[in-house]
Amino acid sequence: MMANFDQVSLLLLVLVPLAGAVLTMFLPKDRPRDAWQFAIFVAAISFVISVVVFLRYDYAAAGVQFQREYAWIGHPLNISLHLGLNGIGAPLVLLNGIVLLGAVLISQTITRRTRDFFVLLLALGAGVYGVFIVRDLFFLFFFYELAVLPMYLLIGVWGSSTDFGTFLRTKEYGAMKLMLVLVAGSVLIWIGILALYVASSQAGEPTFNIDKLAQLQQNGAVSRITELWVFPLFAVGFGILAGLWPFHTWSPDGHVAAPTGVSMLHAGVLMKLGAFGIIQVGMLLTPQGAEVWMPVLIGLGTVNVIYGAISALSQNDLKYVIGYSSVSHMGYVLMGIATLHPVGLAGAVLQMFSHGIMTALMFAMVGAIYERAHIRDSFILNGLIKRMGTTTFFFAIAGLASLGLPGLSGFIAEFMVFTGAFRTYLPLAVLGVIGAAITAVYILRLLARSFFGEADPQWEHLTDASPVEKGVGGAFVVILIAVGVWPAPLLNVINTGVASALSVF
Amino acid sequence: METGLTTNLHLLTPEFALTALAFLVFTVDLFLPERSKEWLAGLAAASLLAVIAVALLMRPDQSAELYGGLMVVDGFGLFFKIFFCAIGLGIIALSVEYGRDRLQHRGEFYGLLLFSILGMNLLAMSRELLTAYISLELLSFSLYVLVAYGLREARSNEAGIKYIIIGVLSSAIMLYGLSNIYAALGTTYFTEIAADLAAPGDASPVLWVGIALLVVGLGFKLSAVPFHMWAPDAYEGAPLPVTAYLAIGSKAAAFALTLRLFAEAIVPAAARWDEWQLVIAVLAAITMLAGNLVALAQRNLKRLMAYSSIGHVGYALAGIAVLGSDFALAAKGVIFYLVVYAVTNLVVFAGITAYYNREGKDNIADLAGMADRQPFVAAAIAIGLFSLAGLPIFAGFTAKFYLFAAVADGGMLWLAGVAIFTSLVSLYYYLQVMRQMYIERPAHAEHNVAAHQEHAEHDNIHQHAAHDEPDPPIPPLQRPSILLTATMGIGLLVVVWLGIYPAPLLTLIETASAAILPLG
Repeated sequence: MMANFDQVSLLLLVLVPLAGAVLTMFLPKDRPRDAWQFAIFVAAISFVISVVVFLRYDYAAAGVQFQREYAWIGHPLNISLHLGLNGIGAPLVLLNGIVLLGAVLISQTITRRTRDFFVLLLALGAGVYGVFIVRDLFFLFFFYELAVLPMYLLIGVWGSSTDFGTFLRTKEYGAMKLMLVLVAGSVLIWIGILALYVASSQAGEPTFNIDKLAQLQQNGAVSRITELWVFPLFAVGFGILAGLWPFHTWSPDGHVAAPTGVSMLHAGVLMKLGAFGIIQVGMLLTPQGAEVWMPVLIGLGTVNVIYGAISALSQNDLKYVIGYSSVSHMGYVLMGIATLHPVGLAGAVLQMFSHGIMTALMFAMVGAIYERAHIRDSFILNGLIKRMGTTTFFFAIAGLASLGLPGLSGFIAEFMVFTGAFRTYLPLAVLGVIGAAITAVYILRLLARSFFGEADPQWEHLTDASPVEKGVGGAFVVILIAVGVWPAPLLNVINTGVASALSVF
Repeated sequence: METGLTTNLHLLTPEFALTALAFLVFTVDLFLPERSKEWLAGLAAASLLAVIAVALLMRPDQSAELYGGLMVVDGFGLFFKIFFCAIGLGIIALSVEYGRDRLQHRGEFYGLLLFSILGMNLLAMSRELLTAYISLELLSFSLYVLVAYGLREARSNEAGIKYIIIGVLSSAIMLYGLSNIYAALGTTYFTEIAADLAAPGDASPVLWVGIALLVVGLGFKLSAVPFHMWAPDAYEGAPLPVTAYLAIGSKAAAFALTLRLFAEAIVPAAARWDEWQLVIAVLAAITMLAGNLVALAQRNLKRLMAYSSIGHVGYALAGIAVLGSDFALAAKGVIFYLVVYAVTNLVVFAGITAYYNREGKDNIADLAGMADRQPFVAAAIAIGLFSLAGLPIFAGFTAKFYLFAAVADGGMLWLAGVAIFTSLVSLYYYLQVMRQMYIERPAHAEHNVAAHQEHAEHDNIHQHAAHDEPDPPIPPLQRPSILLTATMGIGLLVVVWLGIYPAPLLTLIETASAAILPLG
C-alpha cells in the first residue's frame, strides 16, 4: 500500500492544498471559523503527507525518488510535469508541512474576509510544495510564481502598517515593494531558464527538464560563456527571494507588514525557495558559472550576515528585529552554499530547516504579543514574562536557537557552515562568526529589555498565549531541541542531496 | 494567376449566411418597438452560433481556393472564424445590459457588429492584398460607427471622429503602399510577392517603400507604437463593450492578417531578405516598452486597458519577428497568445462593464472598495489582471511562457528579455487596480475611517493595525446581471483551464498554423 502511496504522494502534496484552496472558496462567507477549521484540516493532511514523504525517502538509495512524469506540452517545448524528490527537497517539504500547519493554526485571529485569506494562504503553500518537488524548469517557475502571487493581497488586505513617528511604512508599501522586487527576481530567472532552453534547443534536444538539462550540460552542450552570464541571473534572481544583500530590503518591510501567519510562512519557508533555487537550478545546471561566481556570492552572504545583524541591532520594533535577523541568518545559508564544500552546503540546508522553524516561532510569538498589546516597540514593552510567561519562554528558546546556543538546532547548522567556510574562505568565516556574536547582542538585549525586567502597570491586562498558540509554540520548540540534540535523521537525508549537488563540480 | 468561373462558392456559405443575417437584424430592427430591441441581441447571438455551426459542418478536408486565389478556405481561416464569432458572442453578452440606456440605435449596433465580424472572417481568408484591404475596411468602417454609439456622451463622439480620421489616414497609407507594391511587382497575390522577393536581382526602391508603408498601415491597425496615438482616445470615448471589442476583436483580426501575410508573402523570402525581422523586433520592443510605461501614468481604467493592450500587441509582434526561424513554434505562440489575451480581456471588460452598469464610473480610483461591494466581479477582474500580468495558474502565464520561449528560440533572447521585463512593469499598474479594489475604501466611507484614526491617536496608541478596527460597512451593490456573471464565470473557467492544461487548444492551433506553414 505504501508503494502505491509513493506513486502519488508528491502529486498529492501539490493537489491537496490547491484543492483545499478551491473548496474553501465555496464555504459560507459569514462563518470565519468554518474556514479556519477547514484550512486546518487541509494543512493537517498536507502535514501528514509531508512527514510520510520525508520518512519514506530512502537516503541509502539517494538520488531523485518518487519520480512521476505527466506529459503536458509536447514538441517542440517538451514540457512535462516531472515530479521527484531529492535529499535537499525532502527536509524542505517537511519544513513546509510543519510551518504551513502552524501558520494556519496561528491565523485563528483573522476575522475579516477569513475565507479569502485561507484561499490565498493555501495557494501559497501549494506553490511552495511545488517548487521543492518538480524536476522541470517550467513547472519550477510556475510554482515559484504561484507562491509569490498571493503575497500582495495577503499583506495588503490583512497586514498592518508601522508608524515610525516621522514617517509611516504602510502595508500597501510593504506589499507592493515585496511583490515588485520578487517579480523582478523572477524576470532574471525567467531569462535564465529561456537561455538554457535555447542552449538545449541548439543541441538538438529542446527540453525544460532539469535532469536532461544537467545531462546536456555535462556533455558540454552549454557553452562556458552562457554559463558565466546565466549563473548570476539565477544567483541574483533566486537570491532576491533568499534575502541576498543588497536586494534584501523587501524582506523586513514585507515581513513586518504581513499578518502573523503569512510572516511565518514567508520568512519560514518562502525565503528558502530562493536558496533552494540557487542549489537546484544555478549550481546544478550552470556549474562552471557557479565556480567562477561563488567567491562573489560568499562575499555578499557575509555582508548579509553582518549587515543584517547590525540592522537588527538598531531596530526597536520587535518584528523589524526578527525581519533583519532573517536577512542575517539567510546570509549563513548563502555562505554555506557558496563554499561548495560538503560540510558547508549541508550546514546551509540544515540552516534553512532550522531557521525556518525558529523564525516562524518568533513571528508567531511576536504576533501573539502584538495581538494583545497592539504595539511592538521594544522600548515600550517590558516585563512581559510577568503576564506572558509561556510566550516569553518560547520566544527565548527561538532567540537562543538563532544566536547559536549548543543543544538547539541553530548551533549545529551554523557550526557546519563555519566549518565549511573555514576550509575555503577563512577571513570571511571569521567575519561570519563575528556576525553570530552580534546576533547574541541583539537577541539578549531584546530579551532583557522587553521580556524580563520590571513590568509596567500598563501591561497588567495582557493575557498569556492561547491554547492554540501554546500548542504551536510548544511543538516548534520541541523540534528546535530535537534537531539540536539529534540531527542525524535530517543530516542523513541532506548529505545524500549535498553529495549529488556537488557531484557536478 | 489563372482565372475562370468559380465553381466552389458553396464554401463561402458561412459568410453568405452572416451577411444575410446581418441584414435580417437591420430589417427586424425597423419593425421592433423600442422596448423589445433586446431581442436583436438574441438574434445576433443566434446568428453567430449558426455561423459557427455551419463553418464547422462545412469544414474542408483540404485548403480550397476561391475566386482564382483571392481567398482560401483552410484550417487557419476556420480557426479564426470560430474565434471571431466567439469574441462576437462575448461582446454581445457585454452589450445587452449596458445598451439599455447607454447605446443609441441598438438594433443597428448588433447589425454593425455582425458586419464587422464578417469583415474579420474575410480578412482571415484573404491571400491577396486588395481583398485583405477591402475586408479590413469593412471591419474598420463598422468600428468607426460603433465607437461613436455612446448615448449622450460627448466623449464618444469625439472618439469616433478621432478614430475615423486616423483610421482613414492609415488606410490611405496602406493603400498607397499596396499601389507601390503593385507598381514594382505587378501582382498583389501574397504567394507571387514571395516569389518575386525571393528572385535574384536588386529590388526597386518602389517596392521597399510599398512594403514599408504596408507595415505602417498594419501598425496603425494593430496600434503598434509609434502608430498607436488613436487608441487611448478611442478606447476611452467608446462605449465599454466597443472598447472591449477594439481591444480584443480588431487586434485579433489584424494579427490574423499579419500572420497570413508574413507566412505567405514574406517568410518564404527570408533566406534572401531577412532585415524585416529586426525591423519588426524593434517595433515590438518599442511597443512593449512604450505601452507598458505610459500605462503607469493612467488614471482612467479604459485608457489603462488601452495602453495595456498596446503592450500586449508588442508581445505578439515579438512572435511575428521570429516567424522566419521556427515558423510553426512562433505562429503557435502568437495564436495561443491571441486566444488567451482575448479570453482574459473579455473577463476583465465584463467585470468593468458590470461595475460601470451599477456605478457609472470608470476611473481607477472609483473602484475603491469593490471587493466588498461586488466580490465576484472584483475577483474576476483580479484574476483577469493577474493573468494579463502573466502569473500562474492563469492562462496568461502559460501563454507568455510559450510565446517568449518561441521568441528566445528564434534567436532573439534579448527581445524575450525586454518582454519579460515589461511584464514586470505591467504588474505594477495591474496591482494598482487590485489595490483599489481590495485595499482602499470608497471616498464616502473615508469620513468614518478618519474619525476612527483620530480616536486612536487620543488613546496614545502609536501603532495601529487596520484589521483591529471594525470597518464601517459599505453598502453592497446590486448584483451584476446574469449574462455578465455567466460571461465572467465561463471566461474564468477558460482562463484557469488554459493555464493548467492548454494541450487541447494547442493541438487545434497546430492544425490552424499548419495551414499557412510556408513551404521549404
